[in-house]
Amino acid sequence: MLGPAPGPPAAHVPYAGESSVPGAAGHKFDVPVDGPAKHTNDPYVTGTSVLGIKYKDGVLIAADTLASYGSTIRYKSIERLHKVNDHTLLGASGEISDYQYISNLLEELATDDFNHDDGLQLNPKEIYAYLTRVLYNRRNKFDPLWNSLVIGGVKNGKSFLGVVGMIGAAYEDDHVATGFGNHLARPIFRSEHRPDMTEDEGVALLEKCLRVLYYRDKQSINKVQVAKVTEKGIEISRPYALASEWSYQAFVDPTKGAEGSW
Amino acid sequence: MAAVMVEEAAGFSFDLCRRNASLDKLGIKPPNVRKTGTTIVGVVYKDGVVLGADTRATEGDIVCDKNCEKIHYIAPNIWCCGAGTAADTENVTGMISSTLELHRYSTGRRSRVVTALTLLKEHLFKYQGHVSAALVLGGVDNTGPHLHTVYPHGSTDTLPYATMGSGSLAAMAVFEAKYKENLTREEAIDLVASAIKAGIFNDLGSGSNVDVCVITKDGKEMLRNFETPNPRTYNRSKGYVFPRGHTPVLSSSVKKLGDLVTVEDASPAAGELEAMEVDQKP
Repeated sequence: MLGPAPGPPAAHVPYAGESSVPGAAGHKFDVPVDGPAKHTNDPYVTGTSVLGIKYKDGVLIAADTLASYGSTIRYKSIERLHKVNDHTLLGASGEISDYQYISNLLEELATDDFNHDDGLQLNPKEIYAYLTRVLYNRRNKFDPLWNSLVIGGVKNGKSFLGVVGMIGAAYEDDHVATGFGNHLARPIFRSEHRPDMTEDEGVALLEKCLRVLYYRDKQSINKVQVAKVTEKGIEISRPYALASEWSYQAFVDPTKGAEGSW
Repeated sequence: MAAVMVEEAAGFSFDLCRRNASLDKLGIKPPNVRKTGTTIVGVVYKDGVVLGADTRATEGDIVCDKNCEKIHYIAPNIWCCGAGTAADTENVTGMISSTLELHRYSTGRRSRVVTALTLLKEHLFKYQGHVSAALVLGGVDNTGPHLHTVYPHGSTDTLPYATMGSGSLAAMAVFEAKYKENLTREEAIDLVASAIKAGIFNDLGSGSNVDVCVITKDGKEMLRNFETPNPRTYNRSKGYVFPRGHTPVLSSSVKKLGDLVTVEDASPAAGELEAMEVDQKP
């Protein structure tokens, strides 16, 4: 028996805001509305965790390049890390179409900035505040943008790192994560992160967490991008694979000496 | 093996489910179950198995026991960490432990981990997940060290490292980052303690102290409260012992019991006791 078809998710699909972890808060937007307008309250094409940390020279943000359609691996080369302006980077998880809409909004903001023709750009905190208001207002209309966004940037020597969820809850911290990253990566951040890490140490920490996510998050692939934001500007790496270990002897022959178990 | 004394009706008895449904309809809410929110872990190392657990027990949102014991005895060489409903984990491990002890008398051998595993999973499957016990079972027998997870519905896994409970993701993140093959005893204990601490500090259902149990072919070493990373920070300078006379006595009255009831000495006279059948010589 193959189970339900992997295509259009008719029934419930685990989405960015929910997980099957007992006790983790899930989000439901089931509003019984009889009127003609029907808005989207279920995500379809989704990206998984985004991780962000502050380090010595600025901010590092990482994500894999997968967009899933329910439990299908649909698009394997989606760039979920987006340059907003010379100082700010956005990392998006959740519904990809909503992320694209948000990118367009930010593009309009950047165009406005350009048209002022004064050489000034919005700083990361302003982008973060703007996105918080957008997400919160949509949530109040029971028509959320189904995303969790990480905003990171450096301007005038000050680093900024924050995260906004689809219900409009927002906070800043030295290390942030969305989705499964909250459960798998943040414990590691809490014990190993230091704000004065070098770039190599920071990337190593992010890769360690991305590897754990690849092992334990069903909706992830081994193709990741890491972006660096410093005073000098933004560099987004090309996608690459992480080394992973699959051949422990105990996994190859688990029931050796324990015949009758499985 | 486990001789069935009473004829059991086949399958699960749904009588109580009917009763619960009718109570529910009357609006009577069941009491909050005492759960062990929990982070429990196990690791196989070079010479044996190391089990670890936190010590917080919760009833809903209240911590009802700040230092409970979640590593249960199954046999001298087999121990089991339990997550889920505390009554279920305590009783299911107690039942299987008793069954195994009788089995040992019958076979004359040390118990095997797979035996405990099979007894546990058959019991839990029979109750279709209603016995809410999620276990990490570890031990060393004559076939070597073994580590298993048992889920409430009765499925099991055989693993080199395992975590269960609400803090399992935090603990598994530590394992996936730091596990390697052929750990030494110190490395294994260190790894287990880090994983439990990740659960304690990152999961609200887990807290207080770290318990560790090391099992090798030579025996077990129970390290209760191996680490206490959450000590009480305030200590009353005068201490907490209140000497006699501290509390003023306002009034006292004494009533002799002999005035109210008749007290008879019912102990048998010497030589009157009849020996029990068991004590009589054949």
